Amino acid sequence: MANVTITIDSKKVTVPSGTFIIEAAKEVGIEIPALCYDPNLEVVGACRLCLVEVEGSRKLQTACSTKVWDGMVVHTRSERVVKARKEILQLLLDNHPNDCLTCQKAGECLLQKYAYEYDVKFREHDGDRRPALVDTSSPYILKDDSKCILCGKCVRTCAQVADRQVLTFANRGFNTRIVADIDLSLEESSCVSCNRCVTVCPVGALLDKRLMGKGRPWEFEIKEVKCKVCEYGCDFEVLSRNGKNVAVRAKAPSNGRPLCLKGRLTTEFIYLDEPYTPYKKENGEFKETTWKEALGLDNIIEKLLDKEEISTGVEYNG
Amino acid sequence: MMTVEELRKIKEETLKHMESKLYKLDKEKIGQKATNRHVLICGGPGCYSSNVEEIKERFVEKIAEKGLENVEVSISGCFGLCESGPNIEIYPDGTFYSRIKIEDVDEIVEKHLCQNEIVERLLNEDAKKEDKILPVHQVDFYKKQEKIALRNCGIIDYNSIEEYIALDGYHALAKVLTEMDRGEVIEVMKKSNLRGRGGAGFPTGRKWETAYKYEADKKYVICNADEGDPGAFMDRSILEGDPHSVLEGMAICGYAVGSDQGYIYIRAEYPVAVKRLRTAIKQAREKGLLGKNILGTGFNFDIELRLGAGAFVCGEGTALMESIEGRRGMPRPKVERTAHKGLWGKPTIINNVETFANVAPIILKGADWFRSIGTEDSPGTKVFALGGKVKNTGLVEVPMGTTLREIIFDIGGGTVGGKKFKAVQTGGPSGGCIPEEFLDTPVDFASLSKIGSIMGSGGMIVLDESDCMVDIARFFLDFTVDESCGKCVPCREGTKRMLEILERITEGEGTPEDLDRLESLAEIITSSSLCGLGQTAANPVVSTLKYFREEYEAHVYEKRCPAGSCQALLQYFITDKCIGCTKCARNCPVSAISGKVKEKHVIDTETCIKCGACMEACPVGAIIKK
Repeated sequence: MANVTITIDSKKVTVPSGTFIIEAAKEVGIEIPALCYDPNLEVVGACRLCLVEVEGSRKLQTACSTKVWDGMVVHTRSERVVKARKEILQLLLDNHPNDCLTCQKAGECLLQKYAYEYDVKFREHDGDRRPALVDTSSPYILKDDSKCILCGKCVRTCAQVADRQVLTFANRGFNTRIVADIDLSLEESSCVSCNRCVTVCPVGALLDKRLMGKGRPWEFEIKEVKCKVCEYGCDFEVLSRNGKNVAVRAKAPSNGRPLCLKGRLTTEFIYLDEPYTPYKKENGEFKETTWKEALGLDNIIEKLLDKEEISTGVEYNG
Repeated sequence: MMTVEELRKIKEETLKHMESKLYKLDKEKIGQKATNRHVLICGGPGCYSSNVEEIKERFVEKIAEKGLENVEVSISGCFGLCESGPNIEIYPDGTFYSRIKIEDVDEIVEKHLCQNEIVERLLNEDAKKEDKILPVHQVDFYKKQEKIALRNCGIIDYNSIEEYIALDGYHALAKVLTEMDRGEVIEVMKKSNLRGRGGAGFPTGRKWETAYKYEADKKYVICNADEGDPGAFMDRSILEGDPHSVLEGMAICGYAVGSDQGYIYIRAEYPVAVKRLRTAIKQAREKGLLGKNILGTGFNFDIELRLGAGAFVCGEGTALMESIEGRRGMPRPKVERTAHKGLWGKPTIINNVETFANVAPIILKGADWFRSIGTEDSPGTKVFALGGKVKNTGLVEVPMGTTLREIIFDIGGGTVGGKKFKAVQTGGPSGGCIPEEFLDTPVDFASLSKIGSIMGSGGMIVLDESDCMVDIARFFLDFTVDESCGKCVPCREGTKRMLEILERITEGEGTPEDLDRLESLAEIITSSSLCGLGQTAANPVVSTLKYFREEYEAHVYEKRCPAGSCQALLQYFITDKCIGCTKCARNCPVSAISGKVKEKHVIDTETCIKCGACMEACPVGAIIKK
């Protein structure tokens, strides 16, 4: 594909034609804020935060869905752009609980990051808010609807694995929510706890429950490891605090990697100093289980022990 | 399979039976002798729901009973004047009867049909002027109308493909298939400058050309029949009254752009339209006018219906396509043009019902003919659904450039009950309110947008002095909030906040800051929303703030509703007319009224709960609210 040269905030950059502005900007180190954009997911243009000014266009354009053309001149931080972003962030904060003090996502939350960057604050108002629905049914995922900003990343990433497609939008307008299947709890639903959704959620609406209370993001040392369960080799992060490995979390499900619970549990078992209790879903109910069973090793271990005992026996008796 | 020759034969055969009702098209002939007489019953949405099927049956029975010959009775599409329905026209005289009940049928047959005596009490009130009885085309409502999209509505029997063919139906399709190459069709459409009737007014020919020039193994034609503006029913009327005109327009489009598959996306709330479309599609297939090898020319084109679940946002092209694809109806960002990558990623033409209904006449009569109607910028006609506080509510088709005043006063008959005209709301929830000072604005795409409104799909709601403009803005925003899909932040969150402010203001709890907040919200919602629904959602608020700011201010600063419509801001008073009968005081449930017998009473406005019981009880009309 032919290359085109465009100017972003006075910086010239040459990229293949057909590149989206948001990606072209990255090439010259300009980060355009976006809550719903993820290069691995279908572009939806929902959050409208990546609006930029393109010379010659009357309207502001979303950098995530506008392709570059030769000679394009883009302003990513003009007065008009900044004003629009502030308004959008304010609309989001007006419908978001003021819970950053104790929210597990604090420090990694994109909404928090952009609100700080654009100096937008929570404010008192007596208008409607999202209902405080918290799904605590899963031992792996905490789903807090009140914090959801409806970017839809979770829905899109869930849909990328053909036989999952658990999460979906329900209702519409201000009452839109993300639900599992036909608005079931995560426990009752067909969710397999792969945590793809958790890895893409930009806010604290979908959290890894096994991480909660284990520390603040800035306290962790992070080591990336590859899962050894299958040939996909998904990426996981081992989080350690004060020299102790305290949690394992799934990294972004990039490049067609499915992520799965078994892989995550196995990684937990391998790396964590004190692995937590594993749970298994049976007939729509989570039940405590043994590591043997959680990792699918019960038969193998018995057979292994059996074999070793026999062979040991033979040696001793012989 | 039918040939062009057979098409012409059907036309000739059918015309014989239609003689007198065709006088409706040829005004010179009205009143002249004809070989038959025709009782034409309006089957538009309003009349149809008033049992016109039974009325027709009664006519047929009674006519048989009287042994009358050569009298045909049929139900056709919408006549337009819904206000006075059910409507009946009798040809060759063009007699216009209104508000017909089943009990009236016998009298019409006995007097009008048997004795040629007009039943004056049943005449439409405007069909009588100074003792003269006017034929229907001379009635004020119809005088200035010119029909292209609705050309067959009110004449042909919607269930008869033959009658459609008789009025040159499918002749335009035959013409393009046998006499024109695809490029020529595009050229005619471009030259006609037919602009999209769904609201945005994009030139149809240019849209078709984009898809025509784009190579692809499959292309689609979609008819957007997801009409959803409150009070708008022009698309419905076309689909119910003349379904073949839409099918033919789509087939011509399919030929021009190189598509063999069309979809009509229609809301399931239009069951009558769905039924008539199904019948029409079946008939067209049977006659070989849809399907494979149409008219023996090798051209294939078929049409399927897709029923929408009634989400307003699905009128937005990309959301509509998502819905057809089986996904949740949410708009997608236009990374590519839909004429390049639309439905299932294939080049797709999406036009509105009324746009397609205009296609066949343009092909038959030429682009120059079309351009001779309407204005340079907006040629042709436009159908409007006239409603609200206007005398003649109904469906109106006028040349573009007709002024609002002509539509509302000359055709619509002005406001009702001597109330003062205040504004007209055009374009539904995406449009704006236009005040009296702009009544002489010609109705075309550019002029309406210049004064802060839009053509939209053609809703036109007349407001009078008793309508509160803040409340009107609230009404439309309430609709938008309800219909927002929830995908993008400004529309989902912003419209809700605007609505909350408007509710506060109409309840007398608005603050001066609320007015500023409304303006800044309007700006962000308009400039940053994903789709047309959001981008235009603030229009009702912006236009009322612009032209009726003093009403907002009266609500905010004086806690007063000048139109006397916002219940929370009304106060009841007793005027000097009071005769001191004590009736009001006795009826007040909260004892807010005091006064001595035969002396003027007083309402304690603090205690008053504004129930209106006193007003109802007062025998002399001494109690007012303001």
